[in-house]
Amino acid sequence: MEELATGTSQESKHPSNRVYIGIAAILAVITAIEVMVFYVDALRPAIVPILLVLSATKFALVVMFFMHLRFDSRVFSAVFLGPLLVIVALITAMLALYGVFTGNPA
Amino acid sequence: MTTQTATGLPSRKLAMWTFIGSECILFGSLIITYLVYRGRSVVGPYPDELLNIPFITVTTFVLLMSSLMMVLALAAVQHGDLKWAKVWLLLTAAFGVIFLAGQAYEFTHFYHEGLGLSTNLFGGSFFLLTGFHGAHVAVGVIWLMSLFGMAVGGRLTSADAETVEVAGLYWHFVDVVWIVLFTVIYLLV
Repeated sequence: MEELATGTSQESKHPSNRVYIGIAAILAVITAIEVMVFYVDALRPAIVPILLVLSATKFALVVMFFMHLRFDSRVFSAVFLGPLLVIVALITAMLALYGVFTGNPA
Repeated sequence: MTTQTATGLPSRKLAMWTFIGSECILFGSLIITYLVYRGRSVVGPYPDELLNIPFITVTTFVLLMSSLMMVLALAAVQHGDLKWAKVWLLLTAAFGVIFLAGQAYEFTHFYHEGLGLSTNLFGGSFFLLTGFHGAHVAVGVIWLMSLFGMAVGGRLTSADAETVEVAGLYWHFVDVVWIVLFTVIYLLV
């Protein structure tokens, strides 16, 4: 996973094509697992946390490797993760406010 | 081509990351609307009657693989391999067009099944959320095709790697938004 392309400039910090293809394969496998989870009735009680974890994993892989956030300046991470954390908190608060977690619509 | 800011960082990349941060708020707000309205439609058609998981899984896979094509295009430009850069850019745009065609088919199918923008809460929030995403994909396709045109015209060199990288950031963001929407809209029915 740490294999990096050879080069002399800023691009040298980016992963190699082999790493990119490996990440894409992992994304495809996780997507297949997500769909499988959707169709397995036995997993219904835990479907929300399972799918959220799988989705978050795909999200993180694309952002870290394809968008190079793992290899770039932390300023970019702050500029992206700040609003992301705000909106995740807002989504959680709004869903709680509207009783989505408790099943009691406001 | 790289313009430094007071932070020492490339200005266009910093601008794109700032834009992406603001886009998180936009799509997050639309997701809140969808989730709050979820299950509250009083008339049909309802999501479980319409959503076609196998079909949308294929279009999701296409969009995911378009992100791979995009990073391969960037790597090719960075290494001065403009022949492959053109191939990957064109494939990325083509995969985007396939995704949009799938969305157009889905929207048309839903409309024929009786779901319009104002039919019920599901229709309004679904078309708004996925429509906004589709518009972003369309802008991305236009952007990629303009880069492809520059490459064909010989106006894209390895010195323009940052130009491709900024377009790539936008394209990957469109992809990660769909990763969330695929789960929220289609799998958590």
